[in-house]
Amino acid sequence: MAASPAYGEEKGGSSSLGEPEYGHDPASGGIFSSDYKRHDDLKEMLDSNKDSLKLEAMKRIVAMIARGKNASDLFPAVVKNVACKNIEVKKLVYVYLVRYAEEQQDLALLSISTFQRGLKDPNQLIRASALRVLSSIRVPIIVPIMMLAIKEAASDMSPYVRKTAAHAIPKLYSLDSDQKDQLIEVIEKLLADKTTLVAGSVVMAFEEVCPERIDLIHKNYRKLCNLLIDVEEWGQVVIINMLTRYARTQFLSPNQNESLLEESTEKAFYGSEEEDAKDTKAEAASLAKRKPYVMDPDHRLLLRNTKPLLQSRNAAVVMAVAQLYFHLAPKAEVGVIAKALVRLLRSHSEVQYVVLQNVATMSIKRRGMFEPYLKSFYIRSTDPTQIKILKLEVLTNLANETNISTILREFQTYIRSMDKDFVAATIQAIGRCATNIGKVRDTCLNGLVQLLSNRDELVVAESVVVIKKLLQMQPAQHSEIIKHMAKLTDNIQVPMARASILWLIGEYCEHVPKIAPDVLRKMAKSFTNEEDIVKLQVINLAAKLYLTNSKQSKLLTQYVLNLAKYDQNYDIRDRARFIRQLIVPTEKSGALNKYAKKLFLAQKPAPILESSFKDRDHFQLGSLSHLLNAKAVGYQELPDWPDEAPDPSVRNVEVPEWTKCTSREKRKEKVEKPFYSDSEGESGPTESADSEPESVSEESGSSSSSSSSSSGSEEEEEEEEEEEGSGEQSEDKEEEEKRPKRKEKEGSRKADPGRLSLQPQEEEEEEEGAKKARKKKAQQGRKGHADTSSEEASASESSSSGSDSGSEAEAKRRKAPPSSRAGPKEISLLDLDDFTPPPPQPIPSSSIVSTSLVTDLEGLTLTDTSLAPAMLSPAFSTVRTYELLHRMAGEGLSVEYCFSRRPFPGDPHMVAVQIQISNNTDTEVKSLRVSEPKPLSGMRIQEFPEIECLAPGDTASVVMGIDFCDSTQAANFQLCTHTRHFYVSIQPPVGELMAPVFMSENEFKKEQGKLAGMSEITEKLTLPEKCRSDHAIVQQVTLAANVGRVPCGADNEYRFAAKTVTSGSLVLITLERREGAAAQLTVNSEKMVIGTMLVKDIIQSLAQ
Amino acid sequence: MIHSLFLINASGDIFLEKHWKSVVSRSVCDYFFEAQERASEAENVPPVIPTPHHYLLSVYRHKIFFVAVIQSEVPPLFVIEFLHRVVDTFQDYFGVCSEVMIKDNVVVVYEVLEEMLDNGFPLATESNILKELIKPPTILRTVVNTITGSTNVGDQLPTGQLSVVPWRRTGVKYTNNEAYFDVIEEIDAIIDKSGSTITAEIQGVVDACVKLTGMPDLTLSFMNPRLLDDVSFHPCVRFKRWESERILSFIPPDGNFRLLSYHVSAQNLVAIPVYVKHNISFRDSSSLGRFEITVGPKQTMGKTVEGVMVTSQMPKGVLNMTLTPSQGTHIFDPVTKLLSWDVGKINPQKLPSLKGSVSLQAGTSKPDENPTINLQFKIQQLAISGLKVNRLDMYGEKYKPFKGIKYMTKAGKFQVRT
Repeated sequence: MAASPAYGEEKGGSSSLGEPEYGHDPASGGIFSSDYKRHDDLKEMLDSNKDSLKLEAMKRIVAMIARGKNASDLFPAVVKNVACKNIEVKKLVYVYLVRYAEEQQDLALLSISTFQRGLKDPNQLIRASALRVLSSIRVPIIVPIMMLAIKEAASDMSPYVRKTAAHAIPKLYSLDSDQKDQLIEVIEKLLADKTTLVAGSVVMAFEEVCPERIDLIHKNYRKLCNLLIDVEEWGQVVIINMLTRYARTQFLSPNQNESLLEESTEKAFYGSEEEDAKDTKAEAASLAKRKPYVMDPDHRLLLRNTKPLLQSRNAAVVMAVAQLYFHLAPKAEVGVIAKALVRLLRSHSEVQYVVLQNVATMSIKRRGMFEPYLKSFYIRSTDPTQIKILKLEVLTNLANETNISTILREFQTYIRSMDKDFVAATIQAIGRCATNIGKVRDTCLNGLVQLLSNRDELVVAESVVVIKKLLQMQPAQHSEIIKHMAKLTDNIQVPMARASILWLIGEYCEHVPKIAPDVLRKMAKSFTNEEDIVKLQVINLAAKLYLTNSKQSKLLTQYVLNLAKYDQNYDIRDRARFIRQLIVPTEKSGALNKYAKKLFLAQKPAPILESSFKDRDHFQLGSLSHLLNAKAVGYQELPDWPDEAPDPSVRNVEVPEWTKCTSREKRKEKVEKPFYSDSEGESGPTESADSEPESVSEESGSSSSSSSSSSGSEEEEEEEEEEEGSGEQSEDKEEEEKRPKRKEKEGSRKADPGRLSLQPQEEEEEEEGAKKARKKKAQQGRKGHADTSSEEASASESSSSGSDSGSEAEAKRRKAPPSSRAGPKEISLLDLDDFTPPPPQPIPSSSIVSTSLVTDLEGLTLTDTSLAPAMLSPAFSTVRTYELLHRMAGEGLSVEYCFSRRPFPGDPHMVAVQIQISNNTDTEVKSLRVSEPKPLSGMRIQEFPEIECLAPGDTASVVMGIDFCDSTQAANFQLCTHTRHFYVSIQPPVGELMAPVFMSENEFKKEQGKLAGMSEITEKLTLPEKCRSDHAIVQQVTLAANVGRVPCGADNEYRFAAKTVTSGSLVLITLERREGAAAQLTVNSEKMVIGTMLVKDIIQSLAQ
Repeated sequence: MIHSLFLINASGDIFLEKHWKSVVSRSVCDYFFEAQERASEAENVPPVIPTPHHYLLSVYRHKIFFVAVIQSEVPPLFVIEFLHRVVDTFQDYFGVCSEVMIKDNVVVVYEVLEEMLDNGFPLATESNILKELIKPPTILRTVVNTITGSTNVGDQLPTGQLSVVPWRRTGVKYTNNEAYFDVIEEIDAIIDKSGSTITAEIQGVVDACVKLTGMPDLTLSFMNPRLLDDVSFHPCVRFKRWESERILSFIPPDGNFRLLSYHVSAQNLVAIPVYVKHNISFRDSSSLGRFEITVGPKQTMGKTVEGVMVTSQMPKGVLNMTLTPSQGTHIFDPVTKLLSWDVGKINPQKLPSLKGSVSLQAGTSKPDENPTINLQFKIQQLAISGLKVNRLDMYGEKYKPFKGIKYMTKAGKFQVRT
């Protein structure tokens, strides 16, 4: 290390010249340098504050990664630069991070906050890239963060961010498959997205996470079909493949009858009678069942919308459509894909390879389709061998009686090729043509026999093997050929060919009685030098000859068997022993001996030469599994057509019924506008937040729906406004003109239903309410609270006026039964008074009154405060005291503190801490004060005034203010007396970091809507026996946190609101009681940490 | 989907690796090397190789193997097509796609690959978008970067990704507005020994070089659009318009791109513009053979055939060839046994020919097969299918662009059996 500074200086000095030294590989020179010194120069470059040096270092590191060199020891140095301003450095750091995060999980966590910040950026591209990198970091600890980020992004305004969210889903799933259920929810939501950008990516996610959940597709099926042509090409492939599978489960086979008929005629060529019989049976069965087939319009839609994609420049898309047609289209329509597939044959050889594999499979089933393109499969001498062999396969499949002569002529050219593997394949192909087409069998056989005189041994050997197979079909006429082949044994050396000849002679030894023993004689001579398969066939031949012509061959057979007995190969020894026992009669040999001849010379069925591509079509064409003819990991079986079509109505998409508000007609129009539907996904969270009260109120009758439905629609209205403002989508012209008037109108419109029951004077009041709201807004502007954009402000203005008037009306209507709602609260407040221990002096009773009044008459009296929720005096609860200094430790001085939950006078950002100091000593304690506070960064402490003197046995109570910066970090300081210093620290429970605020139900919902996604933490819990009453719940919640209660329409829900003391961020708590003891706690807060901790605290408190 | 990518050169070195998901050890390539050994030639390496835990999908271009590692079911063409797109992108960026070029620009390569895939699923494959994200290196930019310290990474945000026409950059500006179209047709043919055509088809493309300001909307119409019954389009072409009116209507990408490619299949009658007369014979008895080829024009519609090149793979038994060409130059490589004759232009008055003798290895019997002859040529100002562009119109912008159209016919896979 001592040398390194000098080294660095040297480098630093010349770096501005961009000298070449940096260019060379740092790892290559480092063979002798010890490990800890490696990359020291890089580290220094990364630590420098020059971007150019950092960039240079990152480039070298990325080059190392690219070459597969290990650069993981640089992790700490690199991660520091994650927030670098230079965009290229940043990108390269991302590259590095994604590569090594898995190995250095702890350090990787340091970078997370940067991305979390990025997730909130106003620029959609930055949000997207933050999500992209965040989700690429494979560190299991951040799974919850990723989950939240994905949820948030899935309801982002920007389709690009939503697309990125869709990409992130499989990443998270592969990291933690336990998240599946939640991810499926996100997928479901994204599937409903109507933009082309998202469609491909979300279907990809669907395929990776939950391909079995085909039910999620129903509602989106038609939309996907219609969007398909505009989706980017890679997405098209994925969607088409998925839809193929979907269609197979949902529609009936379009050619259930024809296909069977056609297949059976084709089978006739292959001459396998059993299968024919089976087929006719099946056919008969299906004919019996035949119903007039009508294609489902959705099925037709799919076929129609995919057809143009055959024209795509992307081979994968063309292939995907081709397989879709092959699997789904009526037979008459499948033909269209042939042309496109043939066009792909012009492409790169790898593409050809895959396409030909698929064509080979298709050409077996649907030969007619490719017949017109026969010549396109002709082989060029320059084709790679694997392509040649595939083309040959296709040509063979396409051969029929009309074109066989052309094909055979073509084959003749191929046989003379220099590529011997290809020649061998051609001979096989000729053999197959000969078996399939009876007419040319003799021609082929003659041709093959001619090949026996070929000089190339491989050609001859292959011919022998094929001839053997052909002869098996009609042995009688061909003793000449067998004789000819017997002669070949002298020359031909290829074991397989020799074995084939021997087998033939043995099998048909009765046709060549003179030659066979002679061949055996020759083979016996050379037996020891033969290959194993030949030896086995020699034994075979000997056995057969022994049985047919024992006179001539007995001794030879004995000889061969004796040789075999001492062979090195145990298979051969076994075979020899077995055959000897079987054929040579001894006294021990049993009944089998008599049947030996039948065993050996039984009629053997001729081998069927068939394509290796037969039956491959049970794999989905175009898939990897099809190509390999084996199930690949993650392959989704292509289901068979159902016998009965499932209900087609599941794909019907209803236009959602919104609300029963008076301007419904108008609304509906808007719903149908594409613009509106586009924003549907975005307003998702707000809707969900509203949906519940909405439905409740709708149940209770249309007249009472005013408040909740208006708040629901309010949100939508606001969405629109925003949309309009940002100009992303074009709004109705008409709407535009009306705009100035709109705000007013809106307010009154909202109140409409409520108005039915209102008196005229109340209308006036309502107007007043609206005015007040406007006034309020103006005030706000002056205060400088409104940091929102002007559009938003106007939107919120109108919304507030609307909601106020709405809730006002509501308040009026509810005047009759107010006790039901205000009742419990009042009780709780009163009761709590009883519980309150005296020391921290309670809140003035006036505030209690005002609170309860407020809740009752929210609409009337508090319109002013509705927008910026007023800070309230704390709702009251038992106060816990904590020990700051124990009597023993404090040498008789004991100090306790509690959070008084009152605003700290002088600084609203401080938490008031009431400190009680008792002097248990028998002397006076003098000049008691706080000194040397050592607050963490940002934390501030307002000391209490010095206590001059505390008499023995006396107790003093003082208040000090601490600004905890909204964190639960402890505040450390010294407590000094005239003699001693005590180090003490105060650590606040999270619930004390906030102060209650009052807000109306509507405001609460609105704020909650804004704090969805990442900022929402939900937890399920079970309420213990004693904690089920309203009173107990409210008490426990307020005990855990300094929050104010928010009125709520539903009686199984409790809402609380507060603001953090330092930053004033809202904290919203919703506790919803479910059946029995179950409950769900939701905390919405920007401060995620606070939210999480608060949830924990409240649950703990409720559980007690 | 795509897990990792390895780039392997001809000598079997992995010189670049990129992982989009967790890291796959490069030892997985051993399976590839095994397959490579088994296949005699590079082009015979199977494009799909299953291994116990992964599948290797590869393409071979520019003497480099691009090996993608995947772990689960995915349409193989999806991966192969993508790999080819990667190669095309590199070519687009660096002019040539060679090992040296990739090594020199490894950082740019890495950045481009990073943008192309997200978690193995293609993200941005459109070259226009990529170039906006990461600028291709040019000499000028390299110099500027060294001096000013600026970077190759685009500093403005890639808005193209968000637009409805993702293939076109926004804010394009040119002082000279021009649009050129090249109609290039390639003839693939197999001619048999006697000179008759066994199969012939035409593969045509319309390549465009469009440098127009703003957002022009172009329409291109043909005199005889019926010829185009088997076409594939660049995504910018409005398919509906083509279906109904047989007119190409599109907002073009900026710069060079392939507007459409078409295929005139073997069922149609294709004019063959050249013929080859050949007389190649090996005698069993002597170690000498005769070799004679003459190339001549036919059906060229009055145009000259130029750039003629004859290549032929001789059988293994051939030791050497003593030949004299009437024009051009010829080379016989005794190691690869490849004969190539650069003919040049064909003069119909004096047909070029190549005559001489072939010496065979003594003692071996004569080869069974006569070598096939591969032909290359091109004919300017002629589209052999007869396709003709009618007119090009521009809408949406006010200026008058400069328009140009060029026709060319080339030999594709043109093979003469002897």
